Amino acid sequence: MSPEVPQLVDHLFRREAGRMVAALTRVLGAENLSLAEDVVQESLVQALRTWPFRGVPENPGGWLMQVAKNRALDLLRREASLARKEEAIRGWSAALVADDPEGAMDDQLRMIFICCQPAVPREARVALTLKTVGGFGVPEIARAYLAKEATIAQRLVRAKRKIQEIRPPFEVPPPAELPAALDSVLEALYLMFNEGYAAAAGEELVRQEVCAEAVRLVRLVAEHPALDVPKAHALAALLLLQAARNPARVDPEGNLLLLCEQDRSLWDQPKLAAGFHHLDRAARGPELSVYHLEAAIAACHVTPGETDWPYILDLYGDLLALKPTPVVALNRAVALAMVEGPAAGIRAVEEIRGDPALAGYYPLPVTLGELYARAGDTKKAAARFREALGMESPEPVRRRIQERVRGLELVR
Amino acid sequence: MAKFALLLHENPRDFQNLTPEQMQVMLGRYRAWGQKVREAGQMVGGHKLKDEGGRHMRRNGDGGVHATDGPYTEAKEVLGGLYVIEAGDYREAEEIAQGCPHLDNGWIELRQIDEM
Repeated sequence: MSPEVPQLVDHLFRREAGRMVAALTRVLGAENLSLAEDVVQESLVQALRTWPFRGVPENPGGWLMQVAKNRALDLLRREASLARKEEAIRGWSAALVADDPEGAMDDQLRMIFICCQPAVPREARVALTLKTVGGFGVPEIARAYLAKEATIAQRLVRAKRKIQEIRPPFEVPPPAELPAALDSVLEALYLMFNEGYAAAAGEELVRQEVCAEAVRLVRLVAEHPALDVPKAHALAALLLLQAARNPARVDPEGNLLLLCEQDRSLWDQPKLAAGFHHLDRAARGPELSVYHLEAAIAACHVTPGETDWPYILDLYGDLLALKPTPVVALNRAVALAMVEGPAAGIRAVEEIRGDPALAGYYPLPVTLGELYARAGDTKKAAARFREALGMESPEPVRRRIQERVRGLELVR
Repeated sequence: MAKFALLLHENPRDFQNLTPEQMQVMLGRYRAWGQKVREAGQMVGGHKLKDEGGRHMRRNGDGGVHATDGPYTEAKEVLGGLYVIEAGDYREAEEIAQGCPHLDNGWIELRQIDEM
């Protein structure tokens, strides 16, 4: 045990797991994804059982990869069906065990395409990507999305069965298939981030990690020469601009802050800069995707000075045309209220209030409550906030709503 | 000062369901404990034992030595590794061992090394 133990990089196990599963899947074939996962899991267990005694090795990633390689060879010797892969595993040169960040990123990118291919059930793509590329475990994915562990586990099983069935090649799809495949990847990353960002009552820390993973992966995609398309940059811009505000979203007591209350000095400047960089690159071309519009709106919110609400209202109008969902309509109503006053906003919200897709969706009564309060109708405002308290919402949001109710009751 | 061996028993299977992040957290706890014991000047050393290839060796009736493979399979409990620490007496050694996170993964056999 060396006395000067190097500190382990945060999330090293998770990162290395993603890296190794991708590298092993390349060699073993996508149909052996589960096998690759088992081998990687065993290598990590080996590290956990060894490093407490002999200390963390100089190159932890290389150590893990070497153990995984030995373990894979063991398995191949036992499994006749895998015998022909032995040569490939042996062919893993020292270069693979050593650091090869570029090769590792390419492997991960191909892995994302395997996890998110259109043949895999939509609801399983995010979970599978988090599991195999991000190194997240089932309990963590379940906690981030407030789902049951059994549900997530089942999705993963189904997705892996599908992959075993279709045996996709380990590659970034060829040009003819690329647009559809890329759409599917971008959609999964969008969901990975948004569901993590907004998950009602999900656990804060793991949600942040899931969001950070979505940001890492979308940058990986957008930076790849074959995938350098405006839509990918637009999504990268959107996620980066949202993520940049993350450190300022809650106060030190964990209370949620509104955009206008946030301490802008806490915003993550490098992420903001990267977001605007991708927004620029997204504009190179005639394409206008949902991601473009959402990124443009996010950009308005982080631009210094007076918020340009009329422009935001326009953007929401365009967005509503491309993505006519009640949630978009609700957001548009907020912008409308900023431009034309609370009464116009209230009318717009009341129009969508009965939509079954919004049943139990706490932001709706909260928005109405805010608009009524702004219009001076404290009675209706308090009623809507109380309605929101009857719905499921994250704890910081709840505290916030309770405060609003108390404040309004004092006014009366 | 007396020396004590901490024999760490575990079932490797028990680790299989941990997520990578949970494993890293667990490793951090082992390391923090090891560092604390080291800094207190109480750590003599530690070794991981290999799971595979272990032997049980016994003298045969005819005077030869017979070696059998130990029960070192992943389905069974194994002696995973050992630490040697220094402590004044069993009570103190027990106190040190109590902080070891291995107690969450298996069990610890604490034995004084006989130096008489």
